[in-house]
Order: sequence, then C-alpha cells, then structure tokens
Amino acid sequence: MSSLSYAAPTSVDDAVKLLAGASGVAKVLSGGTDLLVQLRSGRLKPELIVDTKKIPGIIGIREENGGFVIGAATPGAVVEAHPGLNAAWPGLVEALDLIGSTQVQGRCSLAGNLCNASPAADSVPALFAAGATAVVVGSKGKREVPVEQIPTGPGRTSLAKDEFIVEFRLPPRPARSGDAYLRFIPRTEMDIAVVGCGISVTLDANGVCTAARVALGAVSPTVILVPAAADVLIGHKLDADTLAKLDAAAQAAAKPISDKRGTVEYRTKIAGVLARRTAAIAFDRANGIKNGKAH
Amino acid sequence: MAKTYVSATINGESSEFLCETQQTLLDVLRDVVGLTGSKEGCASGDCGACSVIMDGRLVCSCLVLGVEAEGKTITTIEGIAQGDHLHPIQQKFLEHAALQCGFCTPGLIVATKALLDENPNPTETEARYWLAGNLCRCTGYDKVIRAVMDVAAEMRGETVG
Repeated sequence: MSSLSYAAPTSVDDAVKLLAGASGVAKVLSGGTDLLVQLRSGRLKPELIVDTKKIPGIIGIREENGGFVIGAATPGAVVEAHPGLNAAWPGLVEALDLIGSTQVQGRCSLAGNLCNASPAADSVPALFAAGATAVVVGSKGKREVPVEQIPTGPGRTSLAKDEFIVEFRLPPRPARSGDAYLRFIPRTEMDIAVVGCGISVTLDANGVCTAARVALGAVSPTVILVPAAADVLIGHKLDADTLAKLDAAAQAAAKPISDKRGTVEYRTKIAGVLARRTAAIAFDRANGIKNGKAH
Repeated sequence: MAKTYVSATINGESSEFLCETQQTLLDVLRDVVGLTGSKEGCASGDCGACSVIMDGRLVCSCLVLGVEAEGKTITTIEGIAQGDHLHPIQQKFLEHAALQCGFCTPGLIVATKALLDENPNPTETEARYWLAGNLCRCTGYDKVIRAVMDVAAEMRGETVG
C-alpha cells in the first residue's frame, strides 16, 4: 500500500502550500462523507489528505452586506439549525438536509457536495438557484466564482490542484422572494435523486415574477442552470399557461441517461413535473404562504 | 509507514493512540483501542452500525478518519451504560425485544441517545427520520420505535411502572 499522509493546516496559506507542493494526488477533506467511501473502495488513491476543518471560519455562518456567508465545511446539521438561513433560504436548507442520514448530516458540507460533482447532488440545484458564489483560494490568490462554474463533469471540477473553496456567499434577499428544492425518489428518505429541481423567485406586489433561477439535477453530466425555464417565469404569475411552459422548458433542457434509477423518458417527464411542483412552493413562499417543509 | 499520534477523550477517559491516515475512527476504536461494540456493517456510511457521538454530533465512525479524532470527545456504545447499570435506552430495548441478532443495536442505541439528548420529546415521525440511517434487518423497526418512544416518555418522567 502506498503511503498516505494527513495534514490539518490552521491557515489558508498553509493549506494552499500543502496542496501545491504535493507530487501526487492531494485531496481536500471537509466532512469526508464521499471522500472516505472513495478511499475505501480504491477509486481514489491520493498521497495527501488536507483536512480544512481547522482553518478559522471554514465552519460557521455569518451575515455580511445583507447576505449570508456559509463556511465551506459547515456541516448540514449546523445549517439546518440556523434560524436566519431557514427564513431566507428554506429551499437551500432543505436541499442540504436531504443528503444522507442524521449521521451524514453531522459531517456533510456544501463544498463537499459541490466538489464531489455528482450530477444528483441534492444541495447543488438549490445552490445554483440561489445565485450563490464560491470563494476559491489558491496559489494565485482569491477569486469569487458563480457556483455553476465549479462542476465540469461527474467527479470533476474547474478547481486547480492547489485550489479549494473556503466559503459560499448568498446574495441579499429582496422582499417577496422564495426558494424551494424537490427531489424525486421512489421512497421517502435515504436515496439518490432520480431528478432534482431547485427554483428561486422574486415577485412584485401583484405576484408577478420579476427574477427567477431554475436548476435541475440528475438529468445531465452536471447539475445545470436552465435559463429558458427561468425566462418563462419572469413577467408572469404562476398560472396554468406559465406552468405548462415551465414544464416544457424543463423537459427540453433535460438530457439524462438511462440507469437503474430511471430511463431517459421517465427522467425527462419527471423533470417537467418536479419543476412545476417546485415552482409552486417557491411562489407560495415568495407570497408569504407558509407551507412548512417541502418534504 | 509513519503513524500519527492522536489524543482524544473516549467515554470520559483520555485516550492516546497511533494510527495510519487511512484507518477510520471505526478501525481505530475496534482494532487499536479495543472497543469492539461499534460494528462495521457497510463501511460506507449507509447502515449506521458504527454510530458514535463526536463532540455532541452523531456520526458514522466509518466516515471519520482516526486522525480526525485529535482533541475530540467521543461516546461509543461502551460509554452508554452507567457502570453495571444499563442506560434506560438499553433497558427499554430489552423490554420491547427491539433486537434480534443485535448487530445494529449498538448503533441504534447510540443514535437514540443522540436523539434524546437533542430532542427529549420526539414525535414518532421525528424518531423514524432520525433513525433512518440505522438499518436493521430483523425487527422491521416497529419494536425499535416502540422502545424509543417508551424510553423518551420514561426519561421525561411521564410513565409509571
């Protein structure tokens, strides 16, 4: 067995130096709920694991410039318990909360879910819909990247070898805004999305949509933003005609594969159905209708 | 290969051990520290048989590296009973026959402890969702849930006899 080293640096600079200096594969460890499984299976054979959790600020939630900043390695259980995030971004909180069991929630993080780059990652469509940005650090300094630019394919990201995410920034929330995430699974808990859909909207005083972002999971090699689906919402109330157009736009954007979780035809149809259901919850929330948890 | 020195508090006692990076906390608990109550069912975070409480959070010890335990406080199934006296959760699992082969039981009891620490008055739905990460192939879960609801009530002082 090859030698595997471990480091738990206490600063961003030290972490970047360790990643840049590794001669072989180096992996960033947040909650480890995907990484440890891949180590065990032999799918990954790194020479170095850099545990980021001792870097100040990488776990925690704060408000800044009217928006929220979530530390990259903050566990799902911490996000779920945050009243401010639950009020402003219930869809994102519920999406992250859908990952795995109570045990997994004690560890899993937004950065891990995004950088594991599964097309079916539950928190990612909600993160895309929210218009979140990732603050990425590396040898060349710090950059802020729209989250939709991070995953590039199953298990692949746009991050360089010496880069990692330190935090996510959520934009200020205008009045009459709402978000939602739904995933379709054939059971009620502990499963992987057949399709996932995240939608965030802002409405005017008459209930007409003025801004929207729609994202789909598990219907493409990466989670995808669907601007065409957002466009059919903007300028409209969520009436039957708008719902039909949203359904069609989501189906048109879906380019799934057939696997054990569903066929191409099934997933495409479900993408449309989920988009309609998710939009209904997001619009309700933007209209101040409290409908509790979506799941 | 160089091993890492790790110091942690396990079941209230300070514990020191050496481990290799790829050893999970479960490997360390079972093979180095000698606490074999935590079980390896799947080794991929799906079954919950290895559940432990680390710094107040329920986790799968198979999804934690042993080296990550540095400075942490960990409770395993061996730390649940008070000396020779079973914890009320253990007692109620026995009374309700909430186990058959027993392989999942350490994880279920630790997970129930974490639930009741956080929420002493769970609904049945909350208990079922909380324990969804603990797989049991014998009981069909109903006996487990009855034990959990009963012990929760008892620990709140609501039951007699």
